[in-house]
Amino acid sequence: MAEKILTKNFGLENLFKIGVYLENKGYAAAKKALADMKPDGILEEVKAANLRGRGGAGFPAGVKWGFVPKESDKPKYLCVNADEGEPGTFKDRYIMSHNPHLLIEGIIITSYCVGIHTAFIYIRGEYEAVALRLEQAIAEAYEKGFLGKDILGSGFHLDVYVHRGAGAYICGEETALLESLEGKRGNPRLKPPFPASVGLFGCPTVINNVETISNVPSIVLNGASWFCQTGLPKDGGTRIFGVSGMVKKPGIYELPVGTSLKEIITKHAGGMKEGKNLKAVIPGGMSAPILTADEIAIDMDFDSLMQAKSMLGSAAIIVIDEETSMLDVLKRITKFYSHESCGQCTPCRIGNSWINKIVKRIADGSGKRGDLDKIVKLANNMLGKTLCPLGDAAAMPVLSIIQKFRKELETYLGN
Amino acid sequence: MSPELTDRTKKKIAEISSRYASKEAALLPVLHLVQNETGFISQQEEKLVADLLDIQPIRVKEVVTFYTMFNQKQVGKYHIQVCSNLTCSLLGGESLIDHLKEKLGIAVGETTADQKFTLTTVECLGACEQAPCMMINFDYYGNLDKGKIDDILDKLE
Repeated sequence: MAEKILTKNFGLENLFKIGVYLENKGYAAAKKALADMKPDGILEEVKAANLRGRGGAGFPAGVKWGFVPKESDKPKYLCVNADEGEPGTFKDRYIMSHNPHLLIEGIIITSYCVGIHTAFIYIRGEYEAVALRLEQAIAEAYEKGFLGKDILGSGFHLDVYVHRGAGAYICGEETALLESLEGKRGNPRLKPPFPASVGLFGCPTVINNVETISNVPSIVLNGASWFCQTGLPKDGGTRIFGVSGMVKKPGIYELPVGTSLKEIITKHAGGMKEGKNLKAVIPGGMSAPILTADEIAIDMDFDSLMQAKSMLGSAAIIVIDEETSMLDVLKRITKFYSHESCGQCTPCRIGNSWINKIVKRIADGSGKRGDLDKIVKLANNMLGKTLCPLGDAAAMPVLSIIQKFRKELETYLGN
Repeated sequence: MSPELTDRTKKKIAEISSRYASKEAALLPVLHLVQNETGFISQQEEKLVADLLDIQPIRVKEVVTFYTMFNQKQVGKYHIQVCSNLTCSLLGGESLIDHLKEKLGIAVGETTADQKFTLTTVECLGACEQAPCMMINFDYYGNLDKGKIDDILDKLE
């Protein structure tokens, strides 16, 4: 059983350089895949590993790859989602800056498996330094024959490019990402057709998160059954939990899927900051419905959190202390979504804007009785009524905060 | 008058454009390159980029106004972008924004008279483990307090 898959070599100096990566079994999985495995064999292995998407939705990567037509007149593309815009999330930045070759190796294997010859890493614009590091790593990989023409004498060819975004949360949504990559505003597309058949430039496209792709080399090298020994049978491997907020040791912690939230906060992240008491936790990035202090004895996997009516999302844990007003939290969250709605769907554009206005009114001391119900009505009117998940992502935290902290919020209201 | 780009940038633009199945797809990277040279994207730059990529200027404007990182007016030599999202707020980000406003004598969104500093607030920068955090141009600064901000700004020429 592997405790750590993605971050185990993070302690090595200069791991980001190809020489150090190669000295530590780097590119061994790519060599194995290209020399000894058929694309179908890799697909079966990744399916058997049940590698679930680490970006937020948790869709099994192997199944997603399987949707791409094998025979296609058009080129196929891989887009690696490195937009990392979900507030509280910073894990992919660590992978890309500490271990960029792991991601590149994952890209090579994924592309070989699906029959892709061009891959783009769509990285958020603010990560300029990380983008430069990726570009350096890509250049090293070309130089050593892991990218470009006839990779390792296999006849397989692949080009990888880094594409920087420019500041828009919505571009983490896969179809908005495609629009953005095509040089347009990040307005999500209507699905179906799904990107696997009609994606980038109208061609079949695989879109996976950085952490998802970075898990592929270890699955190919050690096998699906090895991968499944860590974590849960239906949700295997590790997650990089990013803990931030009122804890002693904020940071990333790679732990088996299903590690309890309580253990992550109290043990790994060092517990609450001196003199602070726990009030609430956002367990999977800002879009995830909030958990109260009484609800943290929960396993951090997709199914457990879904049962608790929250979500694992990007596994970004934001820890909130008792002194923090939930109205302030609500104000921050609603300001964010009102700013980030792309404006395409009316319920989201207008709903988020009005919710934020009402929350601000309450914060200014002019809140009226009935305001919370108005917010609930507006939020419910977004759920499931927008082209992309941003409407849901905005409504869910708001509804959960009002449901679980209604008494506190009512103290801010007048008559 | 159209702004003149350096030969290095022109070459880079040609190289980038060749990566995509459509020329227009190079729009974001090209806008980043142009902004690196000119500091912001005015109507002149919009026209220049539109000509480079064979698209209508309105298409460039649509994109420039959608993404927060494209400056539509001149910013100072140092563009301070403070995160105002949840984790940073929990750890005192708001008071740092007030401190910067007072220190620089400007409101959020403004530039100092000597064109040295522009202050803006931004959404999550993806560095929550270092909250509260900010970016100055493309450099990240984390675990901030008022004293640390003073030290950082005092060192900027």
